[in-house]
Amino acid sequence: MWSLILRDIRLALRSGGGFVLTLAFFLIVIMIVPFGVGADLGLLSRIAPGILWIGALLSCLLSLDRIFQLDWEDGTLEALATSPIPLSGIATAKATAHWLTTGLPITLASLPLGYLLNLNHNSYFLLLTSLAIGTPALSFIGTFGAALTVGVKRGGLLLSLLILPLYIPTLMLGAQSMSVGTNNPIELLALIAAISFMCIALLPFACAIALRANLK
Amino acid sequence: MLLKIKNLDCRRGNKLIIANVSFNLKSGECLILKGPNGSGKTTLLRYIAGLSTNNLLNDNIAYSGHLDGVKSTLTVQENLKFWSGIYNTNNMTNVIKTLKLNDFQNRIAGELSAGQKRRLGLARMLITNAKIWLMDEPTVSLDKTTTTLISEIITQHCKEGGAAIISTHVNLNLPSSKVLDISEFKPEIDKEFDPFLEGIF
Repeated sequence: MWSLILRDIRLALRSGGGFVLTLAFFLIVIMIVPFGVGADLGLLSRIAPGILWIGALLSCLLSLDRIFQLDWEDGTLEALATSPIPLSGIATAKATAHWLTTGLPITLASLPLGYLLNLNHNSYFLLLTSLAIGTPALSFIGTFGAALTVGVKRGGLLLSLLILPLYIPTLMLGAQSMSVGTNNPIELLALIAAISFMCIALLPFACAIALRANLK
Repeated sequence: MLLKIKNLDCRRGNKLIIANVSFNLKSGECLILKGPNGSGKTTLLRYIAGLSTNNLLNDNIAYSGHLDGVKSTLTVQENLKFWSGIYNTNNMTNVIKTLKLNDFQNRIAGELSAGQKRRLGLARMLITNAKIWLMDEPTVSLDKTTTTLISEIITQHCKEGGAAIISTHVNLNLPSSKVLDISEFKPEIDKEFDPFLEGIF
């Protein structure tokens, strides 16, 4: 399984791998917000948590169709499916590699970008924590969507339609945990962690069923 | 006996392609699947590999399909190292030597010719250390010399106690091989089935 994670990280870092693309997209989405809403620092500060989470979510979405599609197209997925690693293990490795090349860099990049949006000083720790524990859910849910649409040609739009509604709970809790006026953000962070753990525990098995059906 | 297939029905989508396929595969044997295009050779191989069923028929199987399973942005060595890690084997250097990949082992796979890519894809079979090789048209894109090399590798694999099921239109001159004509298993009536009722999901 480590071989698969390391290979996916290596592929993401190579030309056309999507790592730089995802990070650049996140950067641009956050940077254009002040141009759109104006230089009202109070307003930017209020909307910063939501914008940062929406940016993270959209950047994550951008790289989802690569998770299985490229392996499907070049025959690697078939070969992996007949390997000693179970399909649920393959899905776990793929989602982990996706988080390491998407969720983790986005989490780290969100700190300087929070400054651009005049994020409240007290919210930086919450921003880092909520993204660090929430983005694994985005990767695992996304991997499930990618497994469902793996055989569909140009299935990117279908994937977005399937996945975006499933992202809503994580998005709401993540953005709300940083909002001014939230009395007990720890409870919200605990709920985000619960969603992530649930996704990590259950979705690889759902991915395996979806992949098995698509490989037929 | 390495593999025993008895009364196997194979479907593509919801159409029955071949029915009641039965054969035995002993150690050292090579089974050549013959039949016209669309007769079900690939479908049968996918069934045996466990890709079209919910359970693997045998866990000592390596499958090589029409596609090479090669990552074009990785080097030849990186591609093989990845499969070595997946199968937890350490015979990569020997495999490179056997398939004569030495000269381009540090080249990006995307820069290889179709034949060289095919060779790299087939190298995975040796990496797996599996007893049974399932090969679907292994000699596509290969020149005469490389086709002979592949035949020799398969012969050696069978001599060492392995077995192979190969779908091919080319005469590979393999000793101790028997031919299975797939067209003999064509069902008389095309039975339709409901995948939900059959519990396929």
